[in-house]
Amino acid sequence: MQIPIETFRLPNGLFVTLSEDHTAPLVAVNLWYHVGSANERAGRTGFAHLFEHMLFQGSENVGANEHFELVQRAGGTLNGSTWLDRTNYFETVPSNQLALALWLEADRMGRLLPAMTQQKLDTQRDVVKNERRWSVDNQPYGTWWERLPALAFPETHPFHHSLIGSMEHLTAASLDDVAAFFATYYTPDNAVLSVAGDFDPAEARTTIERFFGPIPRGAGRPPLPPMDVPPVFGAPRRQVVPDEVMLPRLFLAFRSPPFGGDAYYAASVCGAILGMRKGSRLHRALVRDRQVAAEANAFTYDLAKGSDLLVADVVARPEVSGERLEAEVAVEIDRLHRDGVTADEVARAVALIETDFLAAMQSASERADQLSRFATYFGDPSLVNVQVAKYRAVTAADVTAFARERLGVENRATLLFVPKADDDERRATSDEREVATLAGRD
Amino acid sequence: MSLDARPSPLAVPAPPRPAPAPPRPYRFPPFERRRFANGVGLVVAPVHKLPLVSVIVLVDAGAASDPDGREGLAQITAKGLAEGTSATDGATLADRVERLGTSLDTHADWDTALLRVTVSRERMAEATALLGEVLLAPAFPERELERLKGERQAEILAQRAEPRGLADEMFDRFAYAESARYARPEGGSAESVAAIGRDDVVRFYRTRYRPEHTTLVVAGDVTVDDAERLIGDVFGVWAARGAPPGEEVTAKYGTTRHPSDAFGVASLPIDAPARLTRAVHVVAKPDAPQSELRVGHVGLKRLHPDYFPVVVMNAVLGGLFSSRINLNLREAHAYTYGAHSGYDWRRAAGPFSVSTAVRSDVTDAAAREILHEIDRIRAQPVGEEELSLATSYLDGVFPIRYETTAAIASALANLVLYKLPEDFYDAYRGQVRGVTRDDVLAAARAHLYPERLQIVAVGDAAAIRAPLEALGFGHVHVYDAEGRETANG
Repeated sequence: MQIPIETFRLPNGLFVTLSEDHTAPLVAVNLWYHVGSANERAGRTGFAHLFEHMLFQGSENVGANEHFELVQRAGGTLNGSTWLDRTNYFETVPSNQLALALWLEADRMGRLLPAMTQQKLDTQRDVVKNERRWSVDNQPYGTWWERLPALAFPETHPFHHSLIGSMEHLTAASLDDVAAFFATYYTPDNAVLSVAGDFDPAEARTTIERFFGPIPRGAGRPPLPPMDVPPVFGAPRRQVVPDEVMLPRLFLAFRSPPFGGDAYYAASVCGAILGMRKGSRLHRALVRDRQVAAEANAFTYDLAKGSDLLVADVVARPEVSGERLEAEVAVEIDRLHRDGVTADEVARAVALIETDFLAAMQSASERADQLSRFATYFGDPSLVNVQVAKYRAVTAADVTAFARERLGVENRATLLFVPKADDDERRATSDEREVATLAGRD
Repeated sequence: MSLDARPSPLAVPAPPRPAPAPPRPYRFPPFERRRFANGVGLVVAPVHKLPLVSVIVLVDAGAASDPDGREGLAQITAKGLAEGTSATDGATLADRVERLGTSLDTHADWDTALLRVTVSRERMAEATALLGEVLLAPAFPERELERLKGERQAEILAQRAEPRGLADEMFDRFAYAESARYARPEGGSAESVAAIGRDDVVRFYRTRYRPEHTTLVVAGDVTVDDAERLIGDVFGVWAARGAPPGEEVTAKYGTTRHPSDAFGVASLPIDAPARLTRAVHVVAKPDAPQSELRVGHVGLKRLHPDYFPVVVMNAVLGGLFSSRINLNLREAHAYTYGAHSGYDWRRAAGPFSVSTAVRSDVTDAAAREILHEIDRIRAQPVGEEELSLATSYLDGVFPIRYETTAAIASALANLVLYKLPEDFYDAYRGQVRGVTRDDVLAAARAHLYPERLQIVAVGDAAAIRAPLEALGFGHVHVYDAEGRETANG
């Protein structure tokens, strides 16, 4: 499958990608700003995400909450999301409403600050604190997604700290922070705009030039601290977390090659062989054969700079202890590290990845998001059209080489959640101290 | 620094807000129906966009037909299909299916058992053959069934510490009568799952999995004739074994007592409500920083004639981001990350509920606001602007819902499952646009019962109980995480 792609850049630096598809009368608009939690300053964890909420609070010509209302009234769907290294905003609307979607995005890119008030900031701060309680604090294993990057990246690394942020830092966020963050990062030269679906490219281009053209270029992104880390941790890391949970759950992370680079695809296929669906190694060995796990999966974070992470995520069966679970998973990882994979396993993994990719690309929203992703990370949205070929080119030898290099004990970070009642708190505390020492070595 | 006072950084004035262009036409994909001689039905919607095909097999063997005391049997049976056949063991099956670039999702919801695949066009024949193998010749190996039961037990255990799932489960329990099937989890309880034996699974399969109870839905890059040939080769030759069930499945959705079938049947209709008086139920999760709130009562069956007015009413009340409940709880009060209301549409009356998670110290205030919004929508007509927001959203978003072959197949599966009119999807947008303010008011008054609301809060009982009692909304019961009412409750 090849999708048509047209690109241009406005004089103010905004990079635009267009992809026509007239099978249904709908169109997706998608903006990636190249800013995420990695860009937050010290003492402001969670700010990139809080700022994302503020972008739905209106702009000079859009009232509070009117952004949502206008898009929904137009018959559209919309949202935004914040990640470690980017923030995206997107809507899918009936194709006759494309101009409205572009106008809304342009108004908040060019004219956000006049609409910002202390009251709106206070409200969204409380909304985000509730989001934190809901997704992290009051959710079993909910802290995994701040603990794992903290364990895997050194303290000075931009990916180390919490994306959702600490309550204390959220409390400290001010309107001055909003103004500074907006001026620094929400500029056309730090953004990619993608449009996918049923539209006329020439007409869309004219509209985009008219709405986004007058927005001034920014002063440039401040450089991030160095992102490069050694390809392996150097020594095993381990953290045990006694938590309000009923079953032990293990997250086992490996440093892996950054998203989209030549070495990434073998790592991604290795992840699928390890933990994608019922035919994967972890599922077959731990869930089906040995029945020590209730669930087993593996995934990559898809980080494009410094280092990616490949993660195995396994939940124990009720009678299985955390230590036993850890040992059982290690048997499978050791085997993969030592013996590599077969061509049949690669074929299964690539076939699954390919169908998933194709199925996702049926949606205009997904096409627009992928175009923005490859444009933001690599300046080349047409990479979306070679992803399947890149996966098909992966050989068993590539995956075996990856497993040999990256799945050894020197590249394993263990985050083990155990039910509070069963745990020996003293042991956990000493583990955390050990982690801190190791993390300091990078 | 006051940001309000900052001038706009742009030298040129903003362009005016654009008006919409004329809408372009859309039609839900046309489909055709076929039926094979053995009774298997077929619905095909050719969609030639990407080289993909989605297939759903529907069998009238959902959780609503679980025998009393064996709740969870429908799900164990549906999952068990993929765990081995007379010719192939489960691990080999998974491997074969996944090499086709797909996975076989077998599941039972309340109303149906479902087998689902999405596969590339050129692998449809192989995928269909595998679907046929698991549906027609399952072996139900004892070891794999025991494993599936173990996995369900793990899920039940994990739920005790998971406030969202726990709140949903407890709400069902308090909204429906104790012996009504809907009061108990779709996948069964620890006791009912433990009681399931291989003989139960085999008997359930033989009575429920029959050609005349089965429909295949196909959507994607295939012609009707090709689909008919591919499906017919595999499923058209299926001859059922064993005896059919002793009663029509639909009898279970009636409102009167009915005789037992081969398994024995619960003594109440599956959607019988628990109580007709308002009550508050606190499920203790000590030190929880938030309360998971559920407020609602038994809703309506899917085929209710007021379906469209109720859908629009719910959109205004709590179905959209810009709905009353979300704007009140999230944007005006910042009690929560989000709040919504919804109907769970099933053959019999599924629940209507408002769901949210709020800071513990505003649990009572949030409950009060939810009740206020339910009262308000019954008291006077919604505004023109609110109504048009709901109807234009539901109308406009319609094509966006059906971008994928899987979504189109699911929509057609609902058509089959609920026996909706053949033109349901063609008529949908007109039906939505036809709902008036009076219709919404009438729907709210007819179908929302403030005095019957069950208010469930999973949270820090020590902190939230007294404030909830002070609201005076009804007796406050207190339970532990396993749902046992505690002595002081």
